[in-house]
Amino acid sequence: MEQVIANGLYLGAQYALIALGLTLIFALMNVLNFAHGQMYVLGGFVTYTIYGQLKLPFVVALICSGVTLAIIGALMEKFLFRTVIRRSKREESTMLLAAATAFFLDAVMLLLFGEKQRGVPKIISGVFISERVILPYDRILVGVVAILMIAAFMVFMQYSRPGRAMRALAQDRVAAQLMGVKVERYSMIGFALGAMLAGVVGGLLVSITGVNSGIGGPISIKAFLMVMIGGAGVVGGAIAGGFILGMMESVGLATLREYGDITYLAIFALLMIFLSIRPHGLMGKPWG
Amino acid sequence: MRKTQTATVRTVSAAIFLLVLLVAVPLLINATGRSDLYYTLTSVALLSIISAGVWITFYIGRINIGQGAYALAGGYVSAILVMNYGMSFWQTLPLAGLFCAAASVLIGLPILRLRGVYFAMVSLVLTEVARLLALALPITNGASGIVSIPLPTGISLFGLTLVPDFATVANPRLAFYIAAVLLMALCFLGLYRLAHSRIGQLCQSLQQNEELASSIGVNIAYLRVIAYAISSFLGGVGGAMFASISQSIYPSSFTVADSVNFMLNCFLGGLGYVLGPMLGTFVLYFGWDLLFQTGQFQLLIFSTVLILLMLVLPNGLLSLALPRKRGK
Repeated sequence: MEQVIANGLYLGAQYALIALGLTLIFALMNVLNFAHGQMYVLGGFVTYTIYGQLKLPFVVALICSGVTLAIIGALMEKFLFRTVIRRSKREESTMLLAAATAFFLDAVMLLLFGEKQRGVPKIISGVFISERVILPYDRILVGVVAILMIAAFMVFMQYSRPGRAMRALAQDRVAAQLMGVKVERYSMIGFALGAMLAGVVGGLLVSITGVNSGIGGPISIKAFLMVMIGGAGVVGGAIAGGFILGMMESVGLATLREYGDITYLAIFALLMIFLSIRPHGLMGKPWG
Repeated sequence: MRKTQTATVRTVSAAIFLLVLLVAVPLLINATGRSDLYYTLTSVALLSIISAGVWITFYIGRINIGQGAYALAGGYVSAILVMNYGMSFWQTLPLAGLFCAAASVLIGLPILRLRGVYFAMVSLVLTEVARLLALALPITNGASGIVSIPLPTGISLFGLTLVPDFATVANPRLAFYIAAVLLMALCFLGLYRLAHSRIGQLCQSLQQNEELASSIGVNIAYLRVIAYAISSFLGGVGGAMFASISQSIYPSSFTVADSVNFMLNCFLGGLGYVLGPMLGTFVLYFGWDLLFQTGQFQLLIFSTVLILLMLVLPNGLLSLALPRKRGK
């Protein structure tokens, strides 16, 4: 049982970090970023190249992943999403754009890195063994780093000037603009930040699960699940959703093992029931 | 007077379009000997039927990325009925549609309360659920799928052969092509009628403002379930036909990527136009096929073109030709 909880916490921390980026972008721009999983994968490949191939320290690789993705996110916002939001009659058009960028990133990664599964050497070796819990040290490290990053992100959103501006933007775009918030700049920063989070998680996890160019889509779906559980556009919701999904996955894999691979089926069914009772998740804002 | 005139023009142009598809295209294909085009065109016709279903949900203001689930379900229902119960394919076609419609009513009642991105995400998850179900259920035969489904048999009424047995016709590809085109024509005719009927107008009111519509006395819960059921019906029929053409169905026959593509088809053609999904499917499918020669750069070029199209024409291709038709 303790093992299951430990696994759930570890999974939940990384999931929450993925969901945070997605929900941030949604809160600021009302864009459902289909390319989020692809951004995650790209972050993984950057870390793989720098840490695995060039043998530079892991921290450097992680920072590079974050910076690369932040730049890509900022460019995407400035040249793609802003233009389409301005020109289109329906705001759903951004979804098509997001889907197209997801395809685009997939194609680029396939060309640059190939379709093979890539892994890197462990950051630290060894396994923590106590009476009830067995966890490799690198998983513990990744989990702790993820939780620290979530805490840092929340502090940043709560107390820094850009964080305040972004929260204002999420609450009411027009009102924020009237109060002198530079809406365009902070949309860009927010998008970059969301992309950066995805990239950093990808970089973190490449040391454990490895990465291949095909997992972007499934990661996006998981991120959507978490956001739906917690409620879209709410930071607390994304974190809650991440941990809940991590726990459910861990418990499901432990208890439903003998019935075959139906953990996610059970999670989906529960989600449907949950959403029919609370359509906007635990703490989401209603649409429209 | 003017109104009847435009109506006649429309009917005539629709008839000509159908005639071109049914007579001129096969003649051209015969002349050039590119009989592989039959399969491509049949696919376009069927995919546009499935996309038309997505278009209906757009019409009530929902972003539906779950059409792959119903296409998959339709394919499986038809395949299982043909294989295990020995029914004729043509009987299973409407049954597959009805099964999907019934399932969509059950699923739609709770999830249609969601809006915008929430509905989009749930419907996306639905596609994944369908795939996992197909893998887990015993009747669907897991990952190996159902293969070597027999070709559709003939229909005869009072000794008169209405539809020949597909296994005996000289060119089954042509037969499938004609069947698919007729099905597509039927589907878009119905869609056109629906969009311009009273229900269509009401659906548009849902798209604009559900609360307002409800306050005037529109039964929004009923309408959106109906629209969703029709949408899923089309998805099921298209999926069933697809399973029959490829004579096989797997859990991976319709995946999330397909669901996203159905949505893209509608977007690309233009959400404000009935023919939008047809044009969008045609352009996307043929664009993808043409790019096959570019090998590994296929996806790169394809997605770049998509992004550029989005930047230049965010309201769909048809907004070029018919800019004035969509009133504010």
